[in-house]
Amino acid sequence: MRVINTEQIKNCVKDMLLKANISIDEKYINYMKNAADAETNETAREILNILIENNNYAIEKQVPLCQDTGMAVIFLNIGQDVRIEGDYLYDAVNEGVRQAYEEGYLRKSVVSCPLRRINTKTNTPAVIHTQIVKGDKIHIAVMPKGFGSENSGGVGMLTPAAGEEGVIDFVCDTVLKAGSNPCPPIVVGVGIGGTMEKAALISKEALLREPLEASKDEYIAQLEQKILRKINESNIGPAGLGGKTTALAVYIETYPTHIAGLPVAVSISCHAIRHLERTI
Amino acid sequence: MKRINLPLDLDTIKSLRAGEKVYISGEVYTARDAAHKRFYEAVNSGAQLPIDIKGATIYYTGPAPTKPGDVCGVAGPTTSYRMDKYTPMLLAMGLKGIIGKGKRSKEVIDCLVKNNAVYFAAVGGAAALTLKCITASEVIAYDDLGTEAVRRMTFKDFPVFVAVDSYGNSVY
Repeated sequence: MRVINTEQIKNCVKDMLLKANISIDEKYINYMKNAADAETNETAREILNILIENNNYAIEKQVPLCQDTGMAVIFLNIGQDVRIEGDYLYDAVNEGVRQAYEEGYLRKSVVSCPLRRINTKTNTPAVIHTQIVKGDKIHIAVMPKGFGSENSGGVGMLTPAAGEEGVIDFVCDTVLKAGSNPCPPIVVGVGIGGTMEKAALISKEALLREPLEASKDEYIAQLEQKILRKINESNIGPAGLGGKTTALAVYIETYPTHIAGLPVAVSISCHAIRHLERTI
Repeated sequence: MKRINLPLDLDTIKSLRAGEKVYISGEVYTARDAAHKRFYEAVNSGAQLPIDIKGATIYYTGPAPTKPGDVCGVAGPTTSYRMDKYTPMLLAMGLKGIIGKGKRSKEVIDCLVKNNAVYFAAVGGAAALTLKCITASEVIAYDDLGTEAVRRMTFKDFPVFVAVDSYGNSVY
């Protein structure tokens, strides 16, 4: 049994949230630079360059690149040979979130009751997803999830007869309906299979994919490309003002499902696709 | 580079066309979901709004906290359609300019035309850059709402695109 203290987990969550809110992964920045060069639409090129400049300025000033610093979504993959010592694990995670949002001048965007809507003023609680995995380490991923893009997601309970075409149509319809709202260019996470909540969860996990990597499953990788091409033919474009660059990537994760079902979920991220991960 | 000053006058409003980029200077009020809900409830109960809506421009934003040495936290636009329910009432009361991002309902577009008003889109996600063009910011109402409080903000050459003009043309 390896012992890990919750103090270490708290500090790790805090540190990653502070960093994730300031800059975009360089691979996406480079992709946007190339996309700007490839745009024939003058406004599209200008918007992409503004977003790149915004990233540079946020780094220079050490301020969040977007005012919506999100609701903190935290993924904990806990090795079954780890013993956790210290505070209650979720309290430690939430304390890490609280400290990051306080000390980093990050916006507190969480309301306690979704209907009565009183701001908790700490940006807690986080949404925490825990999985037990093999080994004696803890893998932590943080995703400050902005809601312009989060509101644009959706779940569809398709039938087996809908098949691949049904999935493509559902994902593209969801993205087209979202239009300019999720701050395009976007990254699209798709979860196919499982049950309703499993599809939603893996669609979110898909957004954690190593930047611009294709699925390791050749068939799924082709489906990702097919959907990406279709989305980029929509002419929504950067900021929704037209152009070829509506999505930077489509990532699909799958899970076995029931003979009667074909659940599909779509999680959308803005171009900032903020997330960081670390293993302790 | 086309510059315009607030408050918007009729000539300026009629000169703006969907798709063009303009730089805005002057005072705006910030308000988003929670403040709009309170505006709506105030008007429906016969109470006064905490801002002078006649001729005003509202910016849909909830800024991040202000860092020491800055006048405001980063403050990019939030998605506008969530305010669609409340916007026709404010336009009827004299609101002339709105700054946000994304599509509006047909009803809002019709009310923009009817009331000679304009809807601008700022670049979603480009919030850090707003620090360069917000020169003042102070909370003037609903302080308890935190980031959703109503602020008076001063812009100097704040870049936006005309998203829906006063003729009903939309860029989306």
